[in-house]
Amino acid sequence: MVRPIRSLGRQGITLVNAFGGMAILLAQFVYSLRKIHRSLPLIIEQFYQLGVRSLPLILVISIFVGAVSAWQAAYQFKFIGAPLRFLGQAVGKATVIELAPVLSALVYAGRVGAGITAELGTMKVTEQIDALESLGISPVRYLVMPRIVACLIMVPLLVTFANFVAIMGGLVVSVMGVNVSSETFLFGFRDSFKLTDFLAGLTKAGVFGLLIGLVGCYEGFRTTGGAEGVGMSTTTSVVTSSVLILVFNFVFAMILFRL
Amino acid sequence: MNDTSTHSGFLVAEQVCKQFGSQVVLDHIDLSIDKGEAVVIIGQSGTGKSVLLKHFMRLIKPDSGRILIDGQDIADLSFDDLVPVRRRFGMLFQSAALFDSMAVGENVGLGLKEAGEMSRDEIHDAVIEKLEMVGLTDAIEKMPSELSGGMRKRVGLARAIAGNPEILLYDEPTTGLDPITADVINDLIVDLNEKLHVTSVAVTHDMTSAFKIADRIVMLYRGKVEFAGTPDEIRSCDNEVVQQFVSGQADGPIQVR
Ligand SMILES: Nc1ncnc2c1ncn2[C@@H]1O[C@H](COP(=O)(O)OP(=O)(O)O)[C@@H](O)[C@H]1O
Ligand SMILES: [Mg+2]
Repeated sequence: MVRPIRSLGRQGITLVNAFGGMAILLAQFVYSLRKIHRSLPLIIEQFYQLGVRSLPLILVISIFVGAVSAWQAAYQFKFIGAPLRFLGQAVGKATVIELAPVLSALVYAGRVGAGITAELGTMKVTEQIDALESLGISPVRYLVMPRIVACLIMVPLLVTFANFVAIMGGLVVSVMGVNVSSETFLFGFRDSFKLTDFLAGLTKAGVFGLLIGLVGCYEGFRTTGGAEGVGMSTTTSVVTSSVLILVFNFVFAMILFRL
Repeated sequence: MNDTSTHSGFLVAEQVCKQFGSQVVLDHIDLSIDKGEAVVIIGQSGTGKSVLLKHFMRLIKPDSGRILIDGQDIADLSFDDLVPVRRRFGMLFQSAALFDSMAVGENVGLGLKEAGEMSRDEIHDAVIEKLEMVGLTDAIEKMPSELSGGMRKRVGLARAIAGNPEILLYDEPTTGLDPITADVINDLIVDLNEKLHVTSVAVTHDMTSAFKIADRIVMLYRGKVEFAGTPDEIRSCDNEVVQQFVSGQADGPIQVR
């Protein structure tokens, strides 16, 4: 009876420590921005590594996200007898507000968040982080800042791209599979499109990007214990940022889309 | 410099304690190293030699106690205040710790580049000079993954001396190397000590290396300094722990757990 409670308590303490540690790292990140000019080449490198190189993955998942949302919307419409000419509205809203930001962020956490943790974790256990410090170079400015900046900027850009691709995916499915003309679909999409929805989606994307970068770096720096440790912290990184993305997303929904 | 210290040493650890979780690694360590001295720290694996060495550059923060560098207590300095202190040091890490995303030349020159005080050409010349000293000019374009263990250590050494430091810290400079490469590294270390008049602290459990480079040998045991003395003193002392370690015997007061 006592043991599970004690274990739960220990996990609770770990969680509180982790959030404290992340808050400190966030503050150090913000402070390091005063030297952003000295890290520009590193930031550009990360734009490429974490942004451009994520395009193919975001492209593929977005096509299928758009496609399945058109298909499922059509299926539900048939079921409740709603007219199919509203398909563009349904797919557009769902994509811009929820599907593109959340699913892109989750996939991004799996690719980029894991990559950041594995790289920094390996550097930690092989003393490369110590070596940086020994040369008088701040690991926060040199490693953390370029990665978080890249995530912060690249995730919104990727989500914009994902929006576009997903709408196209939905369009293809509605024309070929559901028999709704492209004019009808696009009219519906334009009709329901609100700039504020789009901006809300981008804001979320920015916050998700920050979370992924922050958690990725934090878990990387915390890594101990060789290759096994790197594996464990990489898993923790992806799990933590995925859960945080979904929790924050719900909080956003309650704030931005009041019933 | 402004700190009133009871020690006159150049590098001083004063009552330094460090524990990880419940494991006490350093237990009130006192160690004072003079300017220009070459000290070797010996001890079993896992006794905290690397942890102690990293304290001198504040890569690890002591739980309590003071670390004085040239009279200045660095135990509580901020990152920015530590930069000028760290620039006085060079460190060769146990695993060499080369940046594996950078070629050898970039590894050696990174500290100079980030310090932002030298032109590209000056940095390039400095990198070539240091790689020459370790006999690796040909490897300048190579990535760390393409190097052997001995070469990695030598690149690590070139990187450590790139900024012409006054103080050099070596963490197991010869471990895992063949005896000939190990001797090359030993000679380099002796050379640096004599020619550049650096103060050096080396961690090793290679006694040949220790006797070759040390002015003074310090033995760590169970979180404390068990013995400190010249190579001759350590050879002739009758401390059983020291004798067991120096002669490399399984039987004795040190039990391998
Ligand atoms: N960052 C750390 N976190 C937890 N334990 C550590 C850490 N660094 C070192 N230790 C522990 O401290 C002890 C001494 O380590 P170390 O100084 O590396 O030994 P060595 O004398 O072989 O260099 C070891 O038991 C090691 O597991
Ligand atoms: Mg060690």
